Amino acid sequence: MLAVENTVPSQPTSTVTPARLSHLKLLEAESIHILREVASEFAKPVMLYSIGKDSSVMLRLAQKAFFPGPIPFPLLHIDTGFKFREMIQFRDEMAKSIGAELHVWRNEPAIAAGTNPIALDTKRCCGLLKTQALLDGLKHYGFDAAFGGARRDEEKARAKERIYSFRDSAGQWDPKNQRPELWNLYNSRIHPGESIRVFPLSNWTEMDVWQYIHEENIPIVDLYYAKERPMYVRGETLLPTEQDFMAWPGEKPQMVKSRLRSLGCSPCTGAIRSEADTLPKIIAELLSFRSSERANRVIDHDQEGSMEIKKREGYF
Amino acid sequence: MSLFPILEEESVEPVPSFAIEEFLAQEREKDLFRFSTAGSVDDGKSTLIGRLLYDTRSVYDDQVRSIQGKGTVGEGQIDFALLTDGLRAEREQGITIDVAYRYFATSKRKFIIADTPGHEQYTRNMATGASTADAAIVLVDARKGVLIQSRRHAYITSLLGVRHIIVAVNKMDLVDYSEETFRAICDEFRSFLEETDAGSSSRVTLHFLPVSALLGVNVVHRSDETPWYGGPSLLELLESIPSSETNVDAPFRFAVQRVVRPNMNFRGFAGQIASGRVRVGDAITALPSGRSSRVERIVTFDGDLEEAFAPLSVTLTLEDEIDISRGDLLTLNEERAPVARRFQASVVWMDAQPLDAKRRYLLKHTSQTVPVQSVRVWHQIDVGTLEQHPAKTLEMNGIGLIEVETRRPIALDPYSTNRTTGAFVLIDAETNATAGAGMIREIVEKDARTAQGPVTTDERTARWGHTGAVVRLTASATLIDAVERELFDHGAVVVRTSSDNDALNQSLATAGVLALAAIESEAAQLLEIDDEKRALEASATVENILHYLRQAGVLQQGLV
Repeated sequence: MLAVENTVPSQPTSTVTPARLSHLKLLEAESIHILREVASEFAKPVMLYSIGKDSSVMLRLAQKAFFPGPIPFPLLHIDTGFKFREMIQFRDEMAKSIGAELHVWRNEPAIAAGTNPIALDTKRCCGLLKTQALLDGLKHYGFDAAFGGARRDEEKARAKERIYSFRDSAGQWDPKNQRPELWNLYNSRIHPGESIRVFPLSNWTEMDVWQYIHEENIPIVDLYYAKERPMYVRGETLLPTEQDFMAWPGEKPQMVKSRLRSLGCSPCTGAIRSEADTLPKIIAELLSFRSSERANRVIDHDQEGSMEIKKREGYF
Repeated sequence: MSLFPILEEESVEPVPSFAIEEFLAQEREKDLFRFSTAGSVDDGKSTLIGRLLYDTRSVYDDQVRSIQGKGTVGEGQIDFALLTDGLRAEREQGITIDVAYRYFATSKRKFIIADTPGHEQYTRNMATGASTADAAIVLVDARKGVLIQSRRHAYITSLLGVRHIIVAVNKMDLVDYSEETFRAICDEFRSFLEETDAGSSSRVTLHFLPVSALLGVNVVHRSDETPWYGGPSLLELLESIPSSETNVDAPFRFAVQRVVRPNMNFRGFAGQIASGRVRVGDAITALPSGRSSRVERIVTFDGDLEEAFAPLSVTLTLEDEIDISRGDLLTLNEERAPVARRFQASVVWMDAQPLDAKRRYLLKHTSQTVPVQSVRVWHQIDVGTLEQHPAKTLEMNGIGLIEVETRRPIALDPYSTNRTTGAFVLIDAETNATAGAGMIREIVEKDARTAQGPVTTDERTARWGHTGAVVRLTASATLIDAVERELFDHGAVVVRTSSDNDALNQSLATAGVLALAAIESEAAQLLEIDDEKRALEASATVENILHYLRQAGVLQQGLV
């Protein structure tokens, strides 16, 4: 559906509304407020679209914020070249179906030089293919505000993030010098070259995101649903077979009923054994988890405080 | 004894077989409750938060494992400060520096904790956490009584309009759960808060609770250790206090964030309802212009609504084509907000650069940003003693009473009646720092011949038909000339200036003059009215520019 065509008055859905909103409706109202503020106050905003569940929620919120108009800013995907095939296909179909403008940015010189997490370590690989690509992409298009789907409940450095995260002209975060952020008054003023990263999902938790996807029927990449998939099985770790170079010599993949809990680059994102092939089952499974969603991301655990270090360097 | 036992290794658990649909139905009934905490080393704040998170199963094993064996507590225990203090500087120094937000849920509610530091040098972070809180937990060490830090936190939270203060008298185990000690602290605290002059303090409800965060006494469950205490546990209390989020019985307030105009047939005003409710057919007035119309539709992505209430984000269409733009406040006809340019406000200063009446500030209020014409400090409050001291400036973390005059009128409410339309921040126009957080107390009536001299700003505006403004116009020489001529012909006091002399331009604008700072360019078109940028079409005309000046409130109605 192209939102822009839907301007015919629809019939009121209800006459009496109880004056009480669920936590999801409250979070939705707050996020929409943020999206509209940014679209109104910045010259050239962009939405970082990572194709994951959080991005999918953020995109739906943007549709809601500007309805019946179109989303008034483009989407930007930072493609490391190691994203799952299903993700790229989903990305292109999604952008087309909602009529959004999509930019894709890749650090082509680094990709051409064969950058991968085996040849380099994960930290340097991320630095080149994600952080550097992001900074270059933002600079190339001249974006002065960039939405990201990061949530404060994901990681303890992120718990300290503002909703408007100020970045200097090099795109870097200074956690000790953040602007105070009171009420819902956001300071959007920047000097030329500086920018703001905006996190409309700051107050959502992983559970909120899944429940909202369920309540709103938001399409998500198939990789989140459990099915039989080929995996390199290394003890408790399930490694997707997307990239040949990840296999040990002579290693053969096995079919395992599994799914991904969060979507990243295929070499660095482990799958989990799971029977959850529907949203209610995913939510039920989430209730039983004893590990955080980023536990299967290699990159966050290189060293103590590694997320804070990456964010200082310009990561989301 | 292991208080926070180290968790067993993760095991693959089967998907629980309970009815997920039942769980989801229950989740739909959950609301959202925000509370703040403040504290520092040794007062048990981290332990208390750790308790709440841990006992409600809101911490994952890998997060607990990542801090095991680190920190300063005993063998086999978990130092929860490491879990909550997220920055490396905080872990290294063992203090909380910045606000952190944490999340947990029970079967009744979803909670957002604004976890803030307690030291005086982080007063601004405490105020930040309190600004959106429904309740605040103030920790008092049972052995030490009401220290200055607890007083400061209580004062700031009541100043920021937090309606419920939960005084958690902690470390009760170290005073043998003495009821007498507890009562004495309650009395001391109560009498302190009665002295405060926080504007809304009369509406604060106090809750007192004897707890031991370390031993979990009265935190999640009621305890037998305090048989003389008949009240709820901390968590039960947090689950039962009404959320102020749904401020639906107050007058309707809706600040326009954006005009949504996808095509010629649709013109809607997007915003979030700050308070009250609105129905299709309601007679509304846009402020400060005073133009009226009726609500035609309440539009959302999920279908039109017949009625909407705070804090929903919606888009309103009106029956009449009236000129409304971002920053306007929509109200119901019978309950309009006052419109003013001068008011008194409590302010928490947040910038290392002290408040300086000579500096240029911008006032951000709801969805608008207006230049500050003048700002004056009346007094500073000593938060420990609540004494007022005459002051000319406020240093970082200082709290005081100021009088602000904005260049253009804004529609506002006292903070005690509306936490959205009564709040503002001051932004330093040069550094862009968020310099102050303000809470409007009362409108200052027009007072001729004051500090402004024999002629007031309002008198100038009435005579000349416009407020002062710096109008930066990048356009062709022909268009710039035409704009100047048109303004002059209609009696405006307009002066063509050089765009790079900001001090001069600001002085002219402060004196009520239109400073037309022109940059001749055949290639680019840009209009900036007092720092607010507006992109112009290549075909922009004099009339377009006058329209923007009217919309920004610079040109008054009926003149040009």
